[in-house]
Amino acid sequence: MPVFCQLCWSAIVDADGRIYIRNWQGGILSGGFEKNPKPIFTEGKNQLEIQNLREDWDHFEPLLSSLLRRMPVLETLEILKLVNCPETFTPDMKCIMGESPVVQGYFVLAGMNSAGLSLGGGAGKFLAEWMVYGYPTENVWELDLQRFGALQSSRTFLRHRVMEVMPLMYDLKVPRWDFQTGRQLRTSPLYDRLDAQGARWMEKHGFERPKYFVPPNKDLLALEQSKTFYKPDWFDIVESEVKCCKEAVCVIDMSSFTKFEITSTGDQALESLQYLFSNDLDVPVGHIVHTGMLNECGGYENDCSIARLNKRSFFMISPTDQQVHCWAWLNKYMPKDSNLLLEDVTWKYTALNLIGPRAVDVLSELSYAPMTPDHFPTLFCKEMSVGYANGIRVMSMTHTGEPGFMLYIPIEYALHVYNEVMSVGQKYGIRNAGYYALRSLRIEKFFAFWGQDLNTLTTPLECGGESRVKLEKGIDFIGRDALLQQKQNGVYKRLAMFILDDHDTDLDLWPWWGEPIYRNGKYAGKTTSSAYSYTLERHVCLGYVHNFSEDNGEEQVVTADFINRGEYEIDIAGHRFQAKAKLYPVTSFFTHKRRKDDVELSDFHGK
Amino acid sequence: MSISALLSMGRCCCRCCCPRGLWMLSAPCCDDRRMCVCPGPRRIGIPVRTSSLPLFSDAMPAPTQLFFPLIRNCELSRIYGTACYCHHKHLCCSPPYIAQNRLRYTPHPAYATFCRPRENWWQYTQGRRYASTPQKFYLTPPQVNSILKANEYSFKVPEFDGKNVSSILGFDSNQLPANAPIEDRRSAATCLQTRGMLLGVFDGHAGCACSQAVSERLFYYIAVSLLPHETLLEIENAVESGRALLPILQWHKHPNDYFSKEASKLYFNSLRTYWQELIDLNTGESADIDVKEALINAFKRLDNDISLEAQVGDPNSFLNYLVLRVAFSGATACVAHVDGVDLHVANTGDSRAMLGVQEEDGSWSAVTLSNDHNAQNERELERLKLEHPKNEAKSVVKQDRLLGLLMPFRAFGDVKFKWSIDLQKRVIESGPDQLNDNEYTKFIPPNYHTPPYLTAEPEVTYHRLRPQDKFLVLATDGLWETMHRQDVVRIVGEYLTGMHQQQPIAVGGYKVTLGQMHGLLTERRAKMSSVFEDQNAATHLIRHAVGNNEFGAVDHERLSKMLSLPEELARMYRDDITIIVVQFNSHVVGAYQNQEQ
Repeated sequence: MPVFCQLCWSAIVDADGRIYIRNWQGGILSGGFEKNPKPIFTEGKNQLEIQNLREDWDHFEPLLSSLLRRMPVLETLEILKLVNCPETFTPDMKCIMGESPVVQGYFVLAGMNSAGLSLGGGAGKFLAEWMVYGYPTENVWELDLQRFGALQSSRTFLRHRVMEVMPLMYDLKVPRWDFQTGRQLRTSPLYDRLDAQGARWMEKHGFERPKYFVPPNKDLLALEQSKTFYKPDWFDIVESEVKCCKEAVCVIDMSSFTKFEITSTGDQALESLQYLFSNDLDVPVGHIVHTGMLNECGGYENDCSIARLNKRSFFMISPTDQQVHCWAWLNKYMPKDSNLLLEDVTWKYTALNLIGPRAVDVLSELSYAPMTPDHFPTLFCKEMSVGYANGIRVMSMTHTGEPGFMLYIPIEYALHVYNEVMSVGQKYGIRNAGYYALRSLRIEKFFAFWGQDLNTLTTPLECGGESRVKLEKGIDFIGRDALLQQKQNGVYKRLAMFILDDHDTDLDLWPWWGEPIYRNGKYAGKTTSSAYSYTLERHVCLGYVHNFSEDNGEEQVVTADFINRGEYEIDIAGHRFQAKAKLYPVTSFFTHKRRKDDVELSDFHGK
Repeated sequence: MSISALLSMGRCCCRCCCPRGLWMLSAPCCDDRRMCVCPGPRRIGIPVRTSSLPLFSDAMPAPTQLFFPLIRNCELSRIYGTACYCHHKHLCCSPPYIAQNRLRYTPHPAYATFCRPRENWWQYTQGRRYASTPQKFYLTPPQVNSILKANEYSFKVPEFDGKNVSSILGFDSNQLPANAPIEDRRSAATCLQTRGMLLGVFDGHAGCACSQAVSERLFYYIAVSLLPHETLLEIENAVESGRALLPILQWHKHPNDYFSKEASKLYFNSLRTYWQELIDLNTGESADIDVKEALINAFKRLDNDISLEAQVGDPNSFLNYLVLRVAFSGATACVAHVDGVDLHVANTGDSRAMLGVQEEDGSWSAVTLSNDHNAQNERELERLKLEHPKNEAKSVVKQDRLLGLLMPFRAFGDVKFKWSIDLQKRVIESGPDQLNDNEYTKFIPPNYHTPPYLTAEPEVTYHRLRPQDKFLVLATDGLWETMHRQDVVRIVGEYLTGMHQQQPIAVGGYKVTLGQMHGLLTERRAKMSSVFEDQNAATHLIRHAVGNNEFGAVDHERLSKMLSLPEELARMYRDDITIIVVQFNSHVVGAYQNQEQ
């Protein structure tokens, strides 16, 4: 096919047919990603068998059919060779790079998911920077080796997951898609209870978390039909959960969060934490501090909440996927001292999040401790009894900005406490809620989340986290110099909240993340996360605004004034929607308040 | 051919159709054989079991048996093509397989008149009227599948850390009844106190009592024979002192594979006596136990116990009757013991063990690991002639049957071929009434001069597994009569590997265009589609055994017809089929080999 070869130096991809076609030394090279991949080397076979893989025409048949359907003329061409060689795939279709969490100085770049040729240059550059400077110049958390733990290295897990991942190469990838294989590995003790009540699950770091709860009389679409970029089928379900959080009380199982305990015999714990974290942790016992764990450049390595349990012991809560990374970071920077103990207690506690104005009523009934704001102000942690169970760590925070409590329950009490909370809560209209409701609540309150909005290249000053930094706490903590300098020079990007104005939730494509932000018609950055706010009845996106110079595209200082003076648009799939930018959460402004004469009898029905 | 000859032939075909109730006997069987006149599936509305039948019962007696030879010659399709066989065109056009009964029993002349069939011409005409509107009633593919899969069972050896260190990957088994109730049995178990796995198929005749008993008991006898002296002592002490017993076998059973609760105590006592004797016999030398010897001893001992239990009897009348039924019926057995690379096959009778070997070029070849004990085996004929006086040389095997009656030359039970005439008479007389009323049990084989004529002693074959030995097929003669061993191995091999490994297409050197290759691949895929219907190799094999047309491909029409035969007719077209397919773990087998080199 000389014509083809002259015309075409790039590759043709037919995603529906799962094939690619390209020029090869004057002939044609065609391959693809079949629906029925065959995992290899998961049985401990000798990798030398790569050379022994024979041509497998029957396996290639569907791809050959697509090729001939796309280019029927090829029928008369002679076959030169069928090459059968294995490719590497990872459990989440992203490559693996970075430093090993257990062997310092051991760097990995592997699992290119068959895109090694195209990604090789960039991946090599970042890895080189990483090895030389200690960090790459772009945020590569999504590719970081430390996003995986030992739990994802089980052979059976890999065998099953790669068979799902590989066909996805040429499949349409929709937002909020959950892998179907390798599930139910880590679960909360309440899993069965919640599942029986209609929970639908998502998985993070092997842990099953409820997305939302399907009411008994409601049907959702089948998995394949539920794929959409528009308004999803769970919209109404999440709405009722959010409403319940706002007006009554909801319980969310948040056991997946990574939980560490740091204790020492003397002041070592406090000292090392003061060095590692940006906020002042020398607070009275029982206080909770939101703080960043920063790197030398002031960027977030982790964003967490730390409760001071007593003088010498701290309880640290970080995002689920921080389990490996945070552990490695702490071990790297904490002094080797046998009197300083770091323990991963993730598996020891079940976490229940009681969100809503009535949460305090529910807890009051279950405990003798006074729960009024005087006795139990926000960001406080107390060990108390709930129901029959002693030693429950109750914290007055919800990760959403809503009133409520987090309950850290030793796992053997989990079912008891859950049952007690549900039965007492009935009269306050309690119901189960999932992570989608939580997400909507936190984004409308402008709560940035590590891994989505925050990463190793964003500093607290860039995202309105000044309150989480105490530069003058008397200790030269990691990243302090960088922050001081930034404070002096100003920031080059700023996290803002965008409220979409003319977006029709029912008819328009939804923002998910990664949509371009336009300021006065010029590109200024990308969104990092978004959610529909049921209170504002608008879509809310979070994203960084940059100030690119008109002359040479260089980044310039972004001030609050710069943000406020701009006219913004968010581009969703080529359509621009007007948006208002906010630097601080809006609450009372839009908030829909139920009027007295709107109250119905049905509002008194238990949920 | 005279009428009487036809008669006996007909009876022979139908004899074992189905023992009604518990005791197989020709009288009730013949009564039921009126079913045979209307061979169409009952669904099509032929009034088979209706109360109107007896109305015709005395008019124009025409033995049904007359027509069985005709079926073979396709005559019936010509004569009654529109009547009875319009739904079986295919079956008639290709000569149907008429099952040869294992046990032929020609009753006393007087008895023959007694059990004369009552079918008549009127029924044919009746049948014709009902079936004269040509309709096509085939089973749908899901219906066919539900019949084929009803008894399927799969066992996968559990993996540890993604690895299986056993030389067995797992096994698939299945059975398809032709008799009602089925007379075949199967067993599979892992030996817990020694290494290794036991798998066996058992083909019963003259009822299922013996095959049932053997399927429950034989593996215990084998396992006990394999146990070292210390373990036997430990077990005996535990029984004696009422302590918890060591588990000996881990059974892998289909829910339909039942164990009789009632006889459990009796069976245990016999087994205990056996191991007590083994303990007493121990000379103190802790020599390695020879598997071959253990298998032979276990077979012989169990047969001996079956015989003894029947002679001694049991105070419980139900049990007493049971042990007699077990002893008077018979069963063949083909058992494989796999331990690492050591494969022993012990065979008694005409079931067969076949090893599937994949050659280097990917093709499949069959290695037979057992010898059939029947008239086709010269060495067996020789053995029988040597074991009996010269003057019996002509009578001991007649018409390819032992004493003109029994097809397999070795079997469990069948005391009619083992006990002296005196003993038989004595046991029957002192036995329960059901036994006394039974003509078959009373009937003494002709030319019965120097019993025993039959033994349960197995022939044991040893095979050392090699990486190219991919699987073992154990099956009763129901399979081997319909399929050539080479086809069996090829079908299973292609099923187990998917079509990929056995006949890979390679372009190497040839000038093939993409279009040609595409055509070839599409064809291959179409051929494979039937494989994907089955998740079980044994089911897949049965599908081929029953449904293969003359081109060796599964023909749904034929399959549908074969499976919708009425119970009474099914036995004429096929025998009970029981199959176990054991898949070997080539990696582990290869590792063993490397270790020893």
